[in-house]
Amino acid sequence: MKTNNNTDKKYYKASFSQKLKEQKYLIAMSAPFVIWVLVFKYAPLVGWLMAFQDYKPAKGILGSKWVGLKHFITLFKEEQFYQALTNTLGMSILAIIFGTMCSITFAILLNEMRGVKYKRIVQTVSYLPHFVSWVVVANIVGQLLSPNGIVNELLVNAHLLKTPINFLAVPNMFWGVVTTSDIWKETGWNAIIYLAAITGIDMQLYEAAKVDGANRWQQIWNITLPSIRGTIIILLIMNIGGLVNIGFEKQYLLGNNIVAEKSLVLDKYILDYGIGMMRYSYGTAIGIFKSVVSIVLIWFANNLAKKTGEGQLI
Amino acid sequence: MTVVLIITIYPFIQVIAISFNDATDTVRGGIHLWPRKFTLNNYKEIFSSNTRIVTGFMVSVARTVIGTIIGIICTAMLAYTISRKDYVFRKPITILFVITMYVSGGMIPEYMVIKGLGLIGHFSVYIWPMILSGFNIIVLRSFIDNLPYELQESAKIDGANDFTIFYKIIFPLCLPVIATVALFLAVGQWNSWFDTYLYCRSNDALTTLQYELMKVIDNAAAGVKAADVNSQGIKQVTSNPESIKMAITVVTTIPIVCVYPFLQRYFVSGMTIGAVKS
Repeated sequence: MKTNNNTDKKYYKASFSQKLKEQKYLIAMSAPFVIWVLVFKYAPLVGWLMAFQDYKPAKGILGSKWVGLKHFITLFKEEQFYQALTNTLGMSILAIIFGTMCSITFAILLNEMRGVKYKRIVQTVSYLPHFVSWVVVANIVGQLLSPNGIVNELLVNAHLLKTPINFLAVPNMFWGVVTTSDIWKETGWNAIIYLAAITGIDMQLYEAAKVDGANRWQQIWNITLPSIRGTIIILLIMNIGGLVNIGFEKQYLLGNNIVAEKSLVLDKYILDYGIGMMRYSYGTAIGIFKSVVSIVLIWFANNLAKKTGEGQLI
Repeated sequence: MTVVLIITIYPFIQVIAISFNDATDTVRGGIHLWPRKFTLNNYKEIFSSNTRIVTGFMVSVARTVIGTIIGIICTAMLAYTISRKDYVFRKPITILFVITMYVSGGMIPEYMVIKGLGLIGHFSVYIWPMILSGFNIIVLRSFIDNLPYELQESAKIDGANDFTIFYKIIFPLCLPVIATVALFLAVGQWNSWFDTYLYCRSNDALTTLQYELMKVIDNAAAGVKAADVNSQGIKQVTSNPESIKMAITVVTTIPIVCVYPFLQRYFVSGMTIGAVKS
């Protein structure tokens, strides 16, 4: 077999051009998409050069003046940048912590449910908010949280509040509002993966635990949770990698002038300065900062996972 | 669980109830599960006097249908070529696409590229940037990987070329997973509003439904009075922005509600494959 392998390799090398010819259909079928990815995904990376220039659209990348790290230095001196960074990290950390907890709880509850039909209905309904856009969600949330919305009505009737408050107009509540909306929208969807992991657990473990006299709660704590630990950690790593990439949709759509201080996030900052004020180079510099941070975060989380012995992602 | 069910579904029911309730009556508040004074006026209004909603709806449907069809064909074709273990460029192409899942150029450079291509203010700006995504490619490729390779070999012996194999054998076999990818693509197309905001804001003929709804919300957030909303084409006084907003929300949501439950089986397995592989 070994000699055979060697001749195979020789054959492979000798006939590379012949192989190209043989695979002309495959090449023709993939070439347009290679061009696509180069144009739409890699050309913007070349645009990173703008961050080191005083980019003028009329002069293009080749003609603009090089200014080194000027924009990065301005960036780190800008107070608003730190505000945006704090808000971004704050909201995404809240989303990761509470979002993960809710999804896991929801998946476990679903798994414990007995009635098959009812379970199906709950599942189907729980996916619904994931599929509607943030525009719609922001609209719905605005309705629920308005001074005469249902949330205020319930709280006032329960005597927890004396007078209705406009939740969307209280800066200190903004993070909470965004996180809650996020959880409302994504819990059912994110539970899919946890549920898949839970259904993959060997039933014998539960049988054995039952024989040992473990109750439902003990079974969840000692079998279910440890068994899906790997899944939880991998998803956490992915989330940590995306910590600064939360976009700005929710903040933009749920925010308003009154809460601006708490709703400004990095991507909104890029939009306002980079495109709104046409400071292209400055906006690109913020984008690069974001990418570098997320690569460092992925690397960090990946190493952490290796240390805890839960396998690594990349 | 019942509590979760109620929390999830109640907001949608209330939106529907308000959208069917008489606009002046809604201002009194207290509409929860059922309209108090049933009317179709809110819907009549958004579909008759506010023509932007109608064009918005058309544009949204067009981009969803066209974008999804082109997206499926492109994703499947590319996924097939990189599933072929003998393909000489399999590795480099795969790497090229996987990198895009982790690194992106960012908003401004992407804007410049779109501008450079002359796509600003064109319908095609909704289609081309969105046809491929690393995630969809991986979901499809891992499905093709699991198909028996003998099928392709025997077709080859019968003299079929790679393209024939793709569209006669692979594509039909992939239909269940293509349903998943189609759903992701369609939802992505239907729900996006930011590309309209960024690239097609100034072209009234190309604004999408989501963008129109977003504008209504934006106006409310900026504290703009009902009078300004009226100047956008909503004329009758029998209506208030709240009711209009809810009616548009319903129109925006209905198509999704009609589609996703039927694909549930597929997207659940698609999600699981994608998560495991990536």
